[in-house]
Amino acid sequence: MAAEKLKCKECGTEYPLEALYVCGRCFGPLEVAYDHSTLDDTAALRRRIQAGREDVWRYADFLPLSGPPPGPGNRAIPLAGVSAGWTPLVRAERLGEALGLRNVYVKNDAANPTHSFKDRVVAVAAARARELGFATLACASTGNLGNAVAAQAAAVGLPSFVFVPADLEEQKLLATGIYGTSLVEVRGNYDDVNRLCTELSGEHDDWAFVNINMRPYYAEGSKTLAFEIAEQLDWALPDRVVAPIASGSLFTKVARGFEEWLTLGLVAGAVPVMHGAQASGCSPVANAFEAGADFCQPVKPDTIAKSLAIGNPADGPYALDLARRTGGTIEAVTDDQIRDGIALLAQTTGIFTETAGGVTTAVLKALADRGEIDPEETVVLLITGDGLKTLDAVRGSYERREIDPTLESFEASTPAEPRIARAVA
Amino acid sequence: MAVSVKIPVALRPATGGESEVRVEGATVAEVLDALFERFGELRERISDEQGALRRFVNVYVAGEDIRFLEGLDTPVADGAEITILPAVAGGV
Repeated sequence: MAAEKLKCKECGTEYPLEALYVCGRCFGPLEVAYDHSTLDDTAALRRRIQAGREDVWRYADFLPLSGPPPGPGNRAIPLAGVSAGWTPLVRAERLGEALGLRNVYVKNDAANPTHSFKDRVVAVAAARARELGFATLACASTGNLGNAVAAQAAAVGLPSFVFVPADLEEQKLLATGIYGTSLVEVRGNYDDVNRLCTELSGEHDDWAFVNINMRPYYAEGSKTLAFEIAEQLDWALPDRVVAPIASGSLFTKVARGFEEWLTLGLVAGAVPVMHGAQASGCSPVANAFEAGADFCQPVKPDTIAKSLAIGNPADGPYALDLARRTGGTIEAVTDDQIRDGIALLAQTTGIFTETAGGVTTAVLKALADRGEIDPEETVVLLITGDGLKTLDAVRGSYERREIDPTLESFEASTPAEPRIARAVA
Repeated sequence: MAVSVKIPVALRPATGGESEVRVEGATVAEVLDALFERFGELRERISDEQGALRRFVNVYVAGEDIRFLEGLDTPVADGAEITILPAVAGGV
């Protein structure tokens, strides 16, 4: 496989491909570096990808395992685990019409096994952890990651610990606990959970914390979103991408995926204009973008978009740099805009998203309303999680009508014209 | 005033493996200076050339990020616990 080493993003110091995540010299984050020099026949590479599994391992050449993907063909890690990725890219004509755009696509990552994009990053982190011989999985989570870690651990038969803020949506707690994990509810916000887990990972070095000591491998999983988008657009890149930002990891890794394929000549053109989306109740990266700063002042989160409620975003500086160098923006939307975004997406595409997707949809709408997008451009909207995870956010959002089981009762209560989901211009 | 500083794993090679160090100081800056006095190697890992914290270093006093307090000027009480951690992890 092509993964070669870990490399500090700040100072370039190199490390072996072990359970390391922070540079001992400058404290910067470590990232996987690859040698792709053997991938010079792009036609053959495309064919191999197209003939591959319908999950993230289709892109194994670009993922950081030292052996083949997990599964029956792999003696070291024979259990395949929860499959992830290869989710639909949906052409969203009615959403586009509502926004005055002709080429809007929705990448629906709610279609993953635990209903969020986290299955991608966990598939990669857990496989690498198993290669390295770890026997316990763990994570600090705002909810979605906990679902994915608990499910993956169950499928490969490993014990797991999931640490979450105690005030999390009940749906996310239930959908984690059911997998038989050790679910730990921490009295504090996500940043408190994260701090605790960073300390814990130092004391329990036999645990694979997927987003701490496995973070360099975990983060690579997000690149598969970019690979799928490019492949599903028939080996082309979109003009723009609207992606959510919490820590900034997904946002920067999606762009990295596009860059890797551009470098190899698998796709032509340029990295799309990257728009980052945050909730105004937790928008440290959007604030820094607006202020022209290259670092983020942490904030105390207060938003319904709990999966994005990270007040101290580790990859903030890199997200700011990416938005600026691609001509993009990082925007924040209010909780009301988020609810409207959820409804707009649902009523024009049939896709019910959690609050994070309300954030990206609302940011796309704001950009379209401001006239920043040429109607002919190809725009991809990332939907990273399922609406059933955040039911509280949309409670009371529709008109209830209860009747007796009689024709009279129905006729008396119902207008003659059936309701149209959402009339678009 | 004596406070205890918790050293993250990545920095323990610079403290001879010690995970918790007791030093004197009335502010975070004084505490860090006292720490650098004892373990010279820590200075360039935690601080940049201007003496500010490197951008991926987080410092907490009694569990609170000093960027919500008074930064390096944050006062520390006798017996307080100071934690140094790398900025990592995260959700989306």
